[in-house]
Amino acid sequence: MSSTAVPPAPPKKVNRIGLEVADYRGARTTLCAGCGHNAISERIIESFYEMGVPPHRVAKLSGIGCSSKSPAYFMGTAFGFNAVHGRMPSIATGAVLANRDLVAIGVSGDGDTASIGIGQFVHLMRRNLPMIYIIEDNGVYGLTKGQFSATADIGSKLKTGVINDLPPIDTCALAIQLGATYVGRSFSGDKHQLKALLQGAIAHRGTVMLDVISPCVTFNDHEGSTKSYSYVKDHEEPLGDVSFVPFFQDIEVEYEPGATKEITLFDGSKVLLHKLPADYDPADKCDALRVLTEAHDKNEVVTGLFYVNTEQEDFITMLDLVDEPLATLPESRVRPPRKVLDELMESYR
Amino acid sequence: MKRHRLDPETKKATFAIVQAEDELAAIGMALGAGWAGARSMTSTSGPGISLMSEFVGLGYYAEIPAVIFDVQRVGPSTGLPTRTAQGDVLKNAFLSHGDTRHLMLFPSSVEECFSMAIEAFDLAEEFQTPVFVMTDLDLGMNNWMADPFEYPTKPMARGKVLSAEDLNRLGGFGRYTDVDGDGIGYRTLPGTHHRAAGYFTRGSGHNARAKYSERPEDYVQNMERLSRKLETARTKVLAPEFQEGKESDFGILGYGTSHWAIVEARDQLKQEYGLETDYCRVRGFPFNPSVLDFIRNHSRVYVVDQNRDAQMYSLLRLEVDDDCVGKLRRVRHFNGLPIDARSVTDSIVSLEGVK
Repeated sequence: MSSTAVPPAPPKKVNRIGLEVADYRGARTTLCAGCGHNAISERIIESFYEMGVPPHRVAKLSGIGCSSKSPAYFMGTAFGFNAVHGRMPSIATGAVLANRDLVAIGVSGDGDTASIGIGQFVHLMRRNLPMIYIIEDNGVYGLTKGQFSATADIGSKLKTGVINDLPPIDTCALAIQLGATYVGRSFSGDKHQLKALLQGAIAHRGTVMLDVISPCVTFNDHEGSTKSYSYVKDHEEPLGDVSFVPFFQDIEVEYEPGATKEITLFDGSKVLLHKLPADYDPADKCDALRVLTEAHDKNEVVTGLFYVNTEQEDFITMLDLVDEPLATLPESRVRPPRKVLDELMESYR
Repeated sequence: MKRHRLDPETKKATFAIVQAEDELAAIGMALGAGWAGARSMTSTSGPGISLMSEFVGLGYYAEIPAVIFDVQRVGPSTGLPTRTAQGDVLKNAFLSHGDTRHLMLFPSSVEECFSMAIEAFDLAEEFQTPVFVMTDLDLGMNNWMADPFEYPTKPMARGKVLSAEDLNRLGGFGRYTDVDGDGIGYRTLPGTHHRAAGYFTRGSGHNARAKYSERPEDYVQNMERLSRKLETARTKVLAPEFQEGKESDFGILGYGTSHWAIVEARDQLKQEYGLETDYCRVRGFPFNPSVLDFIRNHSRVYVVDQNRDAQMYSLLRLEVDDDCVGKLRRVRHFNGLPIDARSVTDSIVSLEGVK
């Protein structure tokens, strides 16, 4: 009996929990071709895949807007929640407190965060809730035909010729000042930096706030816009280079002492910040705020990891919650016995 | 909570209390926790309810449990913020834009605030929807006497939740599919370790499998199912309590803190005017069929409201059969003070034309 030799299929590439990158993909995007948001979804897929985060433990959260549609386009088997406009932080807070094992990633936009959502945004930052909060920031309202948002730079021009005459809200500066513990800015077109920031975000415990400039190809990618691909490429001034070493990879990274800062994150992974300005301390809020303020003055788009605080208690630790998710506690642990009620009633006599 | 809900071994909290920045966030947190499978609640009064209305619509449409205590006070706007009213009955029944309808419970006493809280948590999870406990400022802030609360005898009802093992058996599920014909779908909780467990929760249009949809038939089917769910709730929310007079002429219908004034008014009507009355104390919405039967079986029914616009009366008018609408009469008390028996008696006597 003859047999035909079938060459063995090449082994499928899997991550440390045995899943393929396809397991981290979502539905096909319905956003415009070339939208920066799609590139960010790609980096999220790569980062969660490479870090080996089990999708069933991920809670994808968003508000309303183009950005808020994007959680449908990554990690299709994860749980998702499309909240009301600007109110994703409160849903995230409730969900993460109910189940502390969830890896919460919120995707918002500049309108969803800095206009309608500014109230919940600032209080989320204060609580240092363990979650990743991403702003897909294009400076305009893409779903309603491109009006300026509150992160649009002063002097920036709309397609219609309208000039923005109000100063922008710097969400990174706000986040740092208010208490977020891992804060950076990136550009949807900067694959390497964005992925390193995202992987560090997964390894961190506390509120991560990443403002990702993500040009709107339909309404804000023209000359005169300060959130266009060409403007950001021309004006991006990275605050050094960011690289990431996950805890499960035994890599010795060689670097020149003094020129690189190494930060060990909650899960043991490390972010390495190379070529930072002399004396820049990523644990110092003042340094970060000065760099951000100076960048505005110079019309530069400063990117990178500005601030990391690995010491600050996260909200779950602060509330001293039991180790198991509250949502999984059986009745015997949440309904006190009859004796407790009887004693309480006696105390009111 | 710190005295009674710390884990005996680790001394860590089996609860989370957050002082939210505002009511928009408070209801959001309650819904977020309810979605993730924890029992959650928030409390507020009329202005806070107004702020919560957008999120409560999401809770209804995306089908998420949460309990909201509404300590009703005098509106509109800031109104008389230190005075009492039953001002939110109509608003809460249909809170938020679009076609919405919510479960409400009406406690009459401190004891019922306790027992109905337990009931509300069960209903919220069984019906996967926000539930209002409609107390008022009189009950919520004034000193009341109470009998000792009774320890719950029923186990908690956690509703239709599928585990990873269930999903192994079933192969998958449709989050908004009406498997049992009662309008209530099955849900999974975030973190459930199964590939088929995850689904997308949204306030936008969705089909039976929780996928985004603007198809007319998906929208209609989903809204009809939600209607069915609220129909199921009629017999699951607390049934009314009845008190009968001797060959009584007519009925009185009341709810909440009006109960005590009505009990006394019935005595006054009998002793002073020889009027026998039957009494129906409504304890839940959507109305139990026996509430509508009570109206059908009486020639006229006086509905006691602590608000100007006779809100319970108006809600009943929407629900009773056309031939019963004329049987309803309004008894209103809305000066900010707790309702008293004499006001009820005088109104009824006047409407009855008794001298």
